[in-house]
Amino acid sequence: MEDKNIKEETNWFARAIDSDIFYSFTRSKLVMVAAFVTFAYFFIALFAPILATQNPFDLGSLDLMDGLTPPAWQEGGSSKFLIGTDDQGRDLLSAIMYGSRISLAVGFTSVFCAALLGISLGLISGYFGGFIDTLIMRIADIQLTFPSILIALLIDGTVSALFPEVRREDSAFWVLVLAISLSFWVQYARTVRSSVLVEKEREYVQAAKLIGLRPFIIMLRHVLPNVLGPVLVIATINLALAIITEATLSFLGVGIPVTQPSLGTLIRIGQDFLFSGEWWITIFPGVALAIIVLSVNLVGDWLRDALNPKLR
Amino acid sequence: MLAFMIRRIIQSIIVMFVVALISFLLFRFVGDPVNQMVGIETTPEQREALRDKLGLNDPVIMQFFGFIKGAAQFDFGVSYQFKRPVAQMIAERAPATLELSLMSAIFALLVGIPMGVYTGLKRNSILSKFFLTVSLVGISLPTFLIGILLIYIFAVQLQVLPSFGRGEVVDIGFWSTGLLTVSGLKALILPSITLGLFQMTLIMRLVRAEMLEVMRTDYIKFARARGLSRTAINFGHALKNTLVPVITITGLQLGSVIAFAIITETVFSWPGMGLLFLHSVQNVDIPIMAAYLMLIGFLFVMINLIVDLLYVAVDPRIRVSGVSQ
Repeated sequence: MEDKNIKEETNWFARAIDSDIFYSFTRSKLVMVAAFVTFAYFFIALFAPILATQNPFDLGSLDLMDGLTPPAWQEGGSSKFLIGTDDQGRDLLSAIMYGSRISLAVGFTSVFCAALLGISLGLISGYFGGFIDTLIMRIADIQLTFPSILIALLIDGTVSALFPEVRREDSAFWVLVLAISLSFWVQYARTVRSSVLVEKEREYVQAAKLIGLRPFIIMLRHVLPNVLGPVLVIATINLALAIITEATLSFLGVGIPVTQPSLGTLIRIGQDFLFSGEWWITIFPGVALAIIVLSVNLVGDWLRDALNPKLR
Repeated sequence: MLAFMIRRIIQSIIVMFVVALISFLLFRFVGDPVNQMVGIETTPEQREALRDKLGLNDPVIMQFFGFIKGAAQFDFGVSYQFKRPVAQMIAERAPATLELSLMSAIFALLVGIPMGVYTGLKRNSILSKFFLTVSLVGISLPTFLIGILLIYIFAVQLQVLPSFGRGEVVDIGFWSTGLLTVSGLKALILPSITLGLFQMTLIMRLVRAEMLEVMRTDYIKFARARGLSRTAINFGHALKNTLVPVITITGLQLGSVIAFAIITETVFSWPGMGLLFLHSVQNVDIPIMAAYLMLIGFLFVMINLIVDLLYVAVDPRIRVSGVSQ
């Protein structure tokens, strides 16, 4: 009976602890580690200006004499730069913190924009049907035949051709967000559309129509909350993909410029020094990138299984 | 059947038309072609004459048809940066990319299928779990990072394999091949693995899932009851039935292999089409971008079409639903 008493005075936190999802979370040690790493990473990225010993974007504070210092445990290393410096004398640890910050910011923003665009188009497509549905879905089909990296590259090239006067440092972030979100929206649109097609036949939507609510309100307040589950899963897995895409574009030299390096840019810088023995410039940002992508992927995989009642 | 094929072909033509339209809009409206081609000292009259000569004063719709006509004859104009015909530049670099893609596909199939069969048959063995973990890591790591790690291990530390370029190539007519020299083959190893790793994990997981499913079916039980040997059952009966989806996926992935070659080619300074396209994006060389887009679009549409039509030929169930629709 004690159980019941506790349950009666539950708040949202206790309910979350008690839920199936949390139960499945505690069942897998791997997922717990991955979630911990993910959050630790977000924390570090968020508070990079406080945690980092140096601001790697402030070119004035960098000293070229510190360039290419090896990690502290190697000969010639300095305790000031725990895992070494790059060619400009940036402390790599600080640069990785700031770089992750950019990578995550691009990832989150572009996933958010892609989801917003995809959900809106999916809702419109599924709810209204007819010509507009055909149009949106055909565009999605065509876009789906091309890999996202190619679309992102094309958008990037087009934007820099259309606005040559914009300085690269200022525009890079938003160009990347535009390129990544425009290449990722299709999945959301398709998923939301197929859920909407099911939901709009339900009684509650019929009832909402009967009492005279406008389609916009029905879509937003009644249909949308019921189709968000799968969207959340796609968004998590997409976050990992967006981080990879950002890193890839930056590595290819069309992303974040070298003055404010993201993880991909750092790896690009380091590749030139791989042969002269300065392995740390590439390897540490690479490891950081791999860890964050792997953790987010693991959390996404778990979330997909946990939210799918058929697999329970 | 015929109706399905015709509808599918019409769809492909529409897609190709849209791709051509986008390429044309890029070509015509992003950046001024005349500005790119002339120097500062060119007079306005000369510019206008060039404009007329290039047909830039014609109605846009006529220009579009001109563009399609040119594309059909592999005439994509002249590169802004190199002042050379784009078609020629792409043709020079196509063999490098195609050989790389082919080798990586072969690698993916030769390694992926046996690994998939093994993990499907012995699902609880330690080696299977190891393969699956490796495949998860392989999916999570970005292509360029895998390439750099391979370079670091095999080119910098062990110094056994080259890290850039194609090695010595032999010209056979218009086709320059790296498959006939030792250095050419050695140069192919690391890029092919980098490019093929993702496909390999995909094929492995697919074969594993299919094997798990097939091994539960009645005809496998019956084959066992007949006393056939393990090898005959595993490879003659089970594997054969898993191969149809594998071939489909490999075919569909061929397009992405060529697209992802952009990344691999950058990592390994591989002189292929992908690297050309990347440089054209960096230098806003619109004719190359437009031509590459048309080419890749055509390739994708053709691959999708062929795979779909093959499916209809292989699977009678699709044939029936195709008619009823």
